[in-house]
Amino acid sequence: MSSLITVNNLTRHYGDFCAVNDISFELATGDILGFLGPNGAGKSSTMQMLTGNLAPTLGEIFIDGIDLLDEPREAKSALGYLPENPPLYRELTVSEYLHYCARLHRLPKQAAGKACASAIERCGLGEVRQRLIKNLSKGYQQRVGIAQAILHSPPVIILDEPTVGLDPIQIIEIRRLIKELGSNHGIILCTHILPEVQVVCNRVQIINRGELVYNADLKDMLGDQQNRFEVSVTANLSQQELDSHDIFTSTEKTGEFSFIVESDAGADELTAYIVQQQWGLTRFTTVKDTLEDMFISLTTGDNNTGDDNSDTDLLEQTSDDVAA
Amino acid sequence: MFLSPLAWVILAVIQVILAWSFFSYVDEFFRIQSDLTTMKNAPGVTDLVASPLFEVASIVLLMVTPLLTMRLISEEKRNKTIGLLLSSPVSITEIVLGKYLGLLFFISVILIMLLMMPLSLAMGTELDLIKLFSGFFGLFLMLAAFGAAGLYMSSLTDNPMIAAISTFGLLLLLWMININSASATGSTSALTYLSIHTHFTAMLRGIMNTRDIAYFLLFISGFIVLTIRQLETQRLQS
Repeated sequence: MSSLITVNNLTRHYGDFCAVNDISFELATGDILGFLGPNGAGKSSTMQMLTGNLAPTLGEIFIDGIDLLDEPREAKSALGYLPENPPLYRELTVSEYLHYCARLHRLPKQAAGKACASAIERCGLGEVRQRLIKNLSKGYQQRVGIAQAILHSPPVIILDEPTVGLDPIQIIEIRRLIKELGSNHGIILCTHILPEVQVVCNRVQIINRGELVYNADLKDMLGDQQNRFEVSVTANLSQQELDSHDIFTSTEKTGEFSFIVESDAGADELTAYIVQQQWGLTRFTTVKDTLEDMFISLTTGDNNTGDDNSDTDLLEQTSDDVAA
Repeated sequence: MFLSPLAWVILAVIQVILAWSFFSYVDEFFRIQSDLTTMKNAPGVTDLVASPLFEVASIVLLMVTPLLTMRLISEEKRNKTIGLLLSSPVSITEIVLGKYLGLLFFISVILIMLLMMPLSLAMGTELDLIKLFSGFFGLFLMLAAFGAAGLYMSSLTDNPMIAAISTFGLLLLLWMININSASATGSTSALTYLSIHTHFTAMLRGIMNTRDIAYFLLFISGFIVLTIRQLETQRLQS
């Protein structure tokens, strides 16, 4: 399968400041790529360059196989973009605005009508289609922004923090929509909300200080930790007592009645063993390293080298967690 | 633009002001009509009503055009909707030309409403149509030039107010740049050539000179190219 987005050695300088440094990645159909990074890491600059809002200092961008810099018009028509602030004309109604966007993307009149109707339906905007955008709540405005990005069903959709300002039910709906779109489009999802990435995306990229520090499938990233378990019991066990059991390769108390263990034994064997000890097992779950741990260790890593000891300690702890 | 009240308000205000001055010129014409009949080679109704009306219109529109142009690009930047335009499959040249043509359309509406007034006199008298249309064409070219300058000013800032004020300043300066050259001679001809007013009054008198038309066309295309360059640069540097 040919990739929808190919980025080679993308670099962007603002004066002497290097916002994005030599980034390369690809996006294939069916990928939902989570694009993460702390504030000022170069996320937005990258997104702006991908959508032609900003010219790169160096590097190439191919969208759907078309060079964005050589043939911007063809490349951009394969693109749907929701910027951080949804680009809305406040004095238009929702359907006027969407029609305008459809025409802007050179959809012929009839197709534009159809596209608007389906976008309105998909984003649940039916009730507000005749209302002025400025009178809508933030959540609805956000949805209009998303509708605008998926309107012309572009192969590539770039969403910059799409769920900001939405209520929990809408968030779930939008995530479902994104997943649904992801099956036949390529999506880049820029967000600060890490659980969202874990739920929605199948690939993750982390950018820090303009450099791509991580790029992998979410499965690879979190999948290789099937040997850590969190256990809650009714018996109050001391650390020594836990250490005395050979079946655990490592133990760590996390509360009076709970602890995290690592073991080469499988979950079946382990539960049977704990039940046998008659500790009064109440909960037994596998522990997955969260994206959050990963994120923190990757993005604070190089910041803290050379700092005072307390920081380094903290750092070692987090990297231990990840390594474990 | 017609979806917002601004367009309608501007149209209404301009129409009221210009209708009033039209009315007073017609009134004036009636008062001196009897004297005119005795004169040889007397100025016609076109000279006494239409030309002064266009002169007034040019001053009113000098003040109104900055209001029309101020939001063209600056508002897009302020609301970040420029991102929508830049990420859709249209080039910057198309965006700028689109904005400009939209503006020209609105200017045409204003001018056609204005033109109706002297034309209505054709029901009762004979008009010097050639002169009328020469003046009208001159007014249109001049407003198109105002618009181009305003468009450029609007691309420089993301604050509509600043765009309006600087457009107004620029236009006023160009309008009266030859204010002292009327008395002086020879040496200030360059300033006279720069002045918008000089070129406009020539056309108002019914003189269609390629020199004047070229001036306006150069003025317009110059500012449009500057606008396109400006937006390209912002994309490179922003």
